[in-house]
Amino acid sequence: MSNEYTSSEMMTVTAAKALENGMTCFVGIGLPSEAANLARLTHAPDVVLIYESGTLQTKPDVLPLSIGDGELCESALTTVSVPEMFRYWLQGGKIDVGFLGTAQIDRYCNLNTTLIGDYQAPKVRLPGGGGAPEIATCAGEVFITLKHSKRTFVDQVDFITTLGFGRDGKARDGVPNIGRGPTRVITDLCVMKPDPETRELVVVSLHPGVTAEQVQDATGWEIRFAEQLDTTPMPSANELDVLRDLKARTERKHAGEA
Amino acid sequence: MAEFLSLHDAVARYVEDGATVAMEGFTHLIPFAAGHEVIRQRKHDLTLIRMTPDLVYDQLIGAGCAKKLIFSWGGNPGVGSLHRLRDAVEKGWPHKVEIFEHSHAAMACAFEAGAAGLPLAVLRGYVGSELPSVNDQIKYIECPFTGERLAAVPSVRPDVSLVHAQKADRKGNVLVEGIIGVQKEAILAAGKSIVTVEEIVDDLEAGPNACVIPGWAIDAIAVAEKGAYPSYAHGYYPRDNRFYKEWDTIARDRDTFQAWLDENIYNAGGQAQ
Repeated sequence: MSNEYTSSEMMTVTAAKALENGMTCFVGIGLPSEAANLARLTHAPDVVLIYESGTLQTKPDVLPLSIGDGELCESALTTVSVPEMFRYWLQGGKIDVGFLGTAQIDRYCNLNTTLIGDYQAPKVRLPGGGGAPEIATCAGEVFITLKHSKRTFVDQVDFITTLGFGRDGKARDGVPNIGRGPTRVITDLCVMKPDPETRELVVVSLHPGVTAEQVQDATGWEIRFAEQLDTTPMPSANELDVLRDLKARTERKHAGEA
Repeated sequence: MAEFLSLHDAVARYVEDGATVAMEGFTHLIPFAAGHEVIRQRKHDLTLIRMTPDLVYDQLIGAGCAKKLIFSWGGNPGVGSLHRLRDAVEKGWPHKVEIFEHSHAAMACAFEAGAAGLPLAVLRGYVGSELPSVNDQIKYIECPFTGERLAAVPSVRPDVSLVHAQKADRKGNVLVEGIIGVQKEAILAAGKSIVTVEEIVDDLEAGPNACVIPGWAIDAIAVAEKGAYPSYAHGYYPRDNRFYKEWDTIARDRDTFQAWLDENIYNAGGQAQ
């Protein structure tokens, strides 16, 4: 069996495996959405996917280009208003896991999607927080997936749009009614988890063929590695088939729309 | 009671220079035709409110209509940046726009509070985020019952709200279907409201729990066929994803944008009557 795959496919399949069947997941657009739908189409058929546009328990046939694509609404159990989505379902504590992407992340899992540079005179203005600030604090836990590079993994984010564990790793301590925060970060090179004490990100698993040196070279701080460093399981032929079908369907759909 | 007007007359009557304006529609039913009419009538110094500015506010900002922007996610969905918004914030072109930046949860709560006639919205929000350090419209209050520290933001109470919907009946009652976003809240929170619709029908054929906004809660209804294009109208036409991608090229450059504006807005007539 030929089982060749790209690093992006490795990332998506690994991120998908983080979701367990039956979880309720508040899904961010892009990589998280790809991973969450792959999970639904493989090992987790009963995962409940919720998008901030109000689409509850949605089962899109193709990946949405925007967070409010008609496909999400048409394949949802029901669609609620955006205030209801954020107030009842997210803030009300009905979400097990928030699945997020980001432009920048630091050693304490703080996320920046606001800007590069200074707020008053930004070098690059990014889209902003959207749903993420409250997804990250109201969901039971948070998974994060993004590509690994020195541009994205920085020592200190330029701006904390969305809380990981704060600049000192302690920002969730003693805060009532707050979720556990990020519990794993999945990239195209490895899987990381926050240290249970210090909350600093630790590499727990390297993808097959990836070296610790490669991870360090793509990280903007001296990253820690777990003593027991695992090798991430390879994607199965079925996972790759389902992912490729999903992406091909998605491309056909979006290209065909005039 | 809703009055049936042309889009030109509705905007001319209810959108004043310097007004606080909300145009809502969460990716779906974005009131592009109404936004374009605001540009065509060269309204200026507007405070623009929208959770996701999207292409419609990129166009208004680039055309120089905006003084302030209140928003929570300012990207081109599925594509990348809003280049006109970025140019205004990063380089002050065509002029500086003051921004008040929130999270979606806070904006959604603020619209709901506006509809409820309250001065503020309370939420368990912004914990650990640095947004409160750059937006003085985010403050904290203590729950008088539990002592929990909660975020507070002013409610959204626009002078005028503009939304697009699928249809209205002949009494001006409006049905909104699909992703309903904060459209109802935007209408009820506003001093005046304009709803554009795809068509006027004899019977809305709405189920008992459908999102219907009564005609007596709306000021003006204007028919605008394909009024949400290039976003979509559930049951009528799909989102033009290709245009959203093309917009990246059009908006990246000031001259291309200006040419687009001339050709598609200023010299495109609109519905003047």
